[in-house]
Amino acid sequence: MSILALKSISKNFGAIEALKNVNLNLDKGQVVGLMGDNGAGKSTLIKIIAGVFQANTGEILYNDQQVNFSKPIDARNSGIEVVYQDLALCDNLTAAANIFLSRELFKKFFYIPFLNYKKMYDVSQGLFDELKSETRPRDEVKLMSGGQRQAVAIARTKLTEAKIVLMDEPTAAISVRQVAEVLDYIRQLRDQGISIILISHRMPDVFEVSDRIVVLRRGSKVADKKISNSSPEEVTALITGALQSA
Amino acid sequence: MENNDNNIGSTFLRALIKDQVFWICIALIIMIVVFSIIADAFATGPNLFNITRNFSFIAIMALGMCVVIITAGIDLSVGSVLALSAVVLGIVMREGYSIWLGAFACFGTGLLCGLVNGYLIAYVKINPFVVTLGMLSIARSLAIVVTKNAMIYEFGPDEDLLNEIGGGATLGMPNSVIVLFVLTLFFIYALNYTAWGKHIYSIGGNEEAARLTGVNVNFVKLSAYLFSGLMAAVSAFLMVGWLGSVTNGIAMTYELKVIASTVIGGANLMGGAGGAFGAVIGAALIEIIRNGLLLAGMDPYWQGTFVGAFIILAVLVDKFKITTRR
Repeated sequence: MSILALKSISKNFGAIEALKNVNLNLDKGQVVGLMGDNGAGKSTLIKIIAGVFQANTGEILYNDQQVNFSKPIDARNSGIEVVYQDLALCDNLTAAANIFLSRELFKKFFYIPFLNYKKMYDVSQGLFDELKSETRPRDEVKLMSGGQRQAVAIARTKLTEAKIVLMDEPTAAISVRQVAEVLDYIRQLRDQGISIILISHRMPDVFEVSDRIVVLRRGSKVADKKISNSSPEEVTALITGALQSA
Repeated sequence: MENNDNNIGSTFLRALIKDQVFWICIALIIMIVVFSIIADAFATGPNLFNITRNFSFIAIMALGMCVVIITAGIDLSVGSVLALSAVVLGIVMREGYSIWLGAFACFGTGLLCGLVNGYLIAYVKINPFVVTLGMLSIARSLAIVVTKNAMIYEFGPDEDLLNEIGGGATLGMPNSVIVLFVLTLFFIYALNYTAWGKHIYSIGGNEEAARLTGVNVNFVKLSAYLFSGLMAAVSAFLMVGWLGSVTNGIAMTYELKVIASTVIGGANLMGGAGGAFGAVIGAALIEIIRNGLLLAGMDPYWQGTFVGAFIILAVLVDKFKITTRR
């Protein structure tokens, strides 16, 4: 069953055609690896799904209903979470404040709402425990290692019952051990029936966790097939253009 | 930022030592002690009354300014906005309208200036330095235009009430200080215990991240400039009552004092750091240096040197703190 369907999505930035007639289906509990060279349109596609950009033409069906997210919070509230390439964290805030940014919890004191710091720290601690991360909710993000920052960005996607998680280069800036943990986490999400789009330059990661692979080249989709029917060599050829399509 | 109740013991102490506001408070206490010893007139009731009233006008504006600076913005127009709000208040009341209408017009003027600043900065995306520098010039010029460059010293039927609110005292405290106290509590609450406050800090920390996470960045930024404009108008209302007259030259170059207070109080011009309590302490410190040196018999021409040196010193302490932590 398809949870997300993109139908002939096109996006221009001025004269630049970032995406040309891209169709994409995402099934429940499926991991789709999205690959392509720099500037192929991967991040643009993710940002259109996440409501950061709006497509010039084409439509998006989410749970078989046409949607038009005009801002990121609309997509988030509908169950679409994103781990951005640069992680989109505020260095000056604590881990917990980042996780709860624009989803803050409150308590009432004499009818006046106050941020419920204690609850937010406790929930964040629980999320980090689930991720087996030693990140502390009260620490400011600017003092954290790459892996801890990654944990904060991922914990944010676990805060609500997400249906789709979009991950833009989640393994780019972390250690080998942490990469294995992120891949484990992706499998965990998949087993819970959550659908994932994974952007990565790291071929082994994509082949390890993806069910399907989609390749973009200069804004067009040039391949969309089961991972078992493909190979890293074929994908490399598709990305570079040595192979026109598959 | 406020420390949570669970941060007790050594964690609390460590957080305190890292906090610029803590060191500024220490500096403030040391100065009060030193000036009390070297200047007999310093620690007297009437002088403390004067000091608190003098800095309250700047401190009220510093509350609005700190919000703007935390978002990595700046508002250079507060002195001129104060002047325009003050002369609008004066003209409305001189024409025989009530103090309520005067206050409405005064606060409305401040909010309108803040709205123009905020709209151009948040939605049209012009650099805040440029927008508010323009407003600094425009608001001051409009103040001269509407007063036809004349002083206003008659405020109609509610003149006594206006003078009482701005210049009077309640329970031995200048009214402007009471207003400052209430507003400080409000800003501490707003910045530390509301989602809006977290959003203000998030914009200063990483505006793009805030936007992607769902923060309504443009609106929150606009609100920061609205607050700054409104605080300038509140200060104008109190100041006119205190002075008993108003000219279009009122609060000239106050923006520099306000920004200095905010920066001494821990705000970082790069955004993401600062606080309401710090801004008020910063304003108090500047006034105490000024007043104390004067009473200690120092030539007033030296004041600028001392205040300026202190601004740089305060930021230097902050920089030192960051480099040792890394």
